[in-house]
Amino acid sequence: MSERCAVIGIGQTKHSESRKDVSLAGLLREAAFRALADAGLESFQDIDAVVIGTAPDMFEGVMMPELFLADALGAVGKPIMRVHTAGSVGGSTAIVASSLIQTGIHERVLTLAFEKQSESNAMWALSPAIPFQPQLVAGAGGYFAPLIRAYIRRHDAHPDTGCVVAVKDREHGLLNPYAHLHLKQTLEEVKAAPVLWDPIRYSETCPSSDGAVAMVLASEKAAQGIKNPAWVRGTSVRTESTFRAHRDQINPQAGKDCAKHVYAQAGITNPYEEIDVAEIYVPFSWFEPMWLENLGFAEEGQGWRLTMDGKTRLGAEMPINPSGGVMCTNPIGASGMLRFAEAALQVRGMAGAHQVDGAKTALGHAYGGGSQFFAMWVVSSEKP
Amino acid sequence: MTERLSAPYRLHYAYTRSTGPVIGRFLDSLRDRVLEGIRAADGRVLFPPTEYDEQGRATTGEFVQLRPTGTVTSYTWVNEPRPTHPLDRPFAWALIKLDGADTAMVHAVDAGKEKAMKVGMRVRVRWAEKATGTIRDIVCFDPISPIIKTPVDLNYFVRPGEHQSQYLHALAEGRFIGGRCRVTGRVYVPPRGATPESGLPTEDEVIDLPDTGVLTTFTVVRIPFEGQKLTPPYVFGAIVLDGADVPIYHLVSGIPYEQIRMGMRVRAKWKPREEWGTTLENIEYFEPTGEPDAPFDSYAMHL
Repeated sequence: MSERCAVIGIGQTKHSESRKDVSLAGLLREAAFRALADAGLESFQDIDAVVIGTAPDMFEGVMMPELFLADALGAVGKPIMRVHTAGSVGGSTAIVASSLIQTGIHERVLTLAFEKQSESNAMWALSPAIPFQPQLVAGAGGYFAPLIRAYIRRHDAHPDTGCVVAVKDREHGLLNPYAHLHLKQTLEEVKAAPVLWDPIRYSETCPSSDGAVAMVLASEKAAQGIKNPAWVRGTSVRTESTFRAHRDQINPQAGKDCAKHVYAQAGITNPYEEIDVAEIYVPFSWFEPMWLENLGFAEEGQGWRLTMDGKTRLGAEMPINPSGGVMCTNPIGASGMLRFAEAALQVRGMAGAHQVDGAKTALGHAYGGGSQFFAMWVVSSEKP
Repeated sequence: MTERLSAPYRLHYAYTRSTGPVIGRFLDSLRDRVLEGIRAADGRVLFPPTEYDEQGRATTGEFVQLRPTGTVTSYTWVNEPRPTHPLDRPFAWALIKLDGADTAMVHAVDAGKEKAMKVGMRVRVRWAEKATGTIRDIVCFDPISPIIKTPVDLNYFVRPGEHQSQYLHALAEGRFIGGRCRVTGRVYVPPRGATPESGLPTEDEVIDLPDTGVLTTFTVVRIPFEGQKLTPPYVFGAIVLDGADVPIYHLVSGIPYEQIRMGMRVRAKWKPREEWGTTLENIEYFEPTGEPDAPFDSYAMHL
């Protein structure tokens, strides 16, 4: 990895419950053309390769969408590849794209991630009734609720933490014109919401969204003349097995290893001090404190205190998800890349109303499967 | 006062109409399911076609074929249709501008409910099965959805493999078995063809395990979803059987939900023996044994 890689173009769709107005290809093209325009490029002809990511095929019921999307994304005659790592896919897709620049293979790579949740039913896709066993798991919430209960018990966390995150992220989302949910909610309203998977309330879950995000990644040469590129300072992907005996699912080793690896590349020794803003994958609000610990922003057992002390709000010491995050926008396959793209927007100073003042260094984070897959990058306004 | 008299009276006569060169052609084309407008002197396309425009100027005589789709420009909802109305259920009278036309026509939209009507909505002609050469050849218009249904139906066989099959056969006899990892010695339930720790199969000799254990953590599912077999609310949790190092997942019941807790000692509640098969469904649920709870530290490594 000798070449520098910069984010020179970022585009996303307006996310919503159902983008019935566009086809899957149209949705992707909306994000792609915005990213091209942001990069000052006129057409797909300026792109050398395309890397796309989306959630498992069952989520949309479209097998191998990369095949029919090749011409929609101007990939004919070029390499196109698809990355596939469950919910973390948006992150690992951007990392595969960045490696094509860092290895010197290409000058400009278009990377996209997407999901049209309205065309399918992820809850159904995640809850199969397989022979030889009772059908128990009820969607992602059913899988993660017991882990959240275990986190609360292990660290005696304040029971309102999840609700406080929900209020905060929805407030942040109001500042993001692309966010799916624009909800002003009080803590009392969030706490009064029905419980879906005890202890997870409806208000503590992410929405189902249609949306796409695209980025143009470029070599140092191709980034010349671009205003405020975001420089990729480190990338990492880590994986662990789902059903290993004595596996810690609350604070997974793969997440810790991934963070350590990406910080080492970026020269970060104290993430709380040295990272100005983080966009992390929080599909259920309780995952904010859990990941704060996993990512080293807090000591183990202290993540919920950072949240409860208001440290993770926009304008506070360690702003987490100023875009509103997954709690406001969840096109599953795109959710990870949205974290990566929002991190890049922040260090480019282009995040608009949800901009963190003077942000120079940002973390983008994604996870997937049963907390098995992790993908992270650190981007900076300064060249590595 | 004298009674005021009344009697029914019906005026009925089978009038005929001369439709003229334009309307006549329009109606005749409907028999062939063809929609034709006419070009006005100023270039606009009038539909339905007329011999003259609204200013009285003669139209050009140039017929223009149109697609059977259009856009609603205005409407009113009819809650109680009359016998002569085109539909016998609530519908909308709407002004519909066909694609390619510059004027709108009045016709019915079969939208089902008023909420489904919107100015700007897209509609398509529903043709009558038997043509009569009248405007009734168009029964009504149907809303067009940009969404089409594309169901997927895949059929698999699930072959659980050697180790899982051994486990399922044991369940059919009312027993739990596990397998020990050759490297770490940890006990997997079911036994594995490859443990995540070593990549090797668990030891050949399986271990008998009791049907008791500790509920490490759980959730109360209250959300309904498509394809769900159980009726919410129900509790499922992770249960580490005594002597095992990985949890199995099952329902927890036999106690009010609010009394279920982490660390609770539980035992399998088996269905009647005659209902057993090679499935974990032989167990209805796990229920409390009544023993004291396990201390947190004794199961913290299983979370």
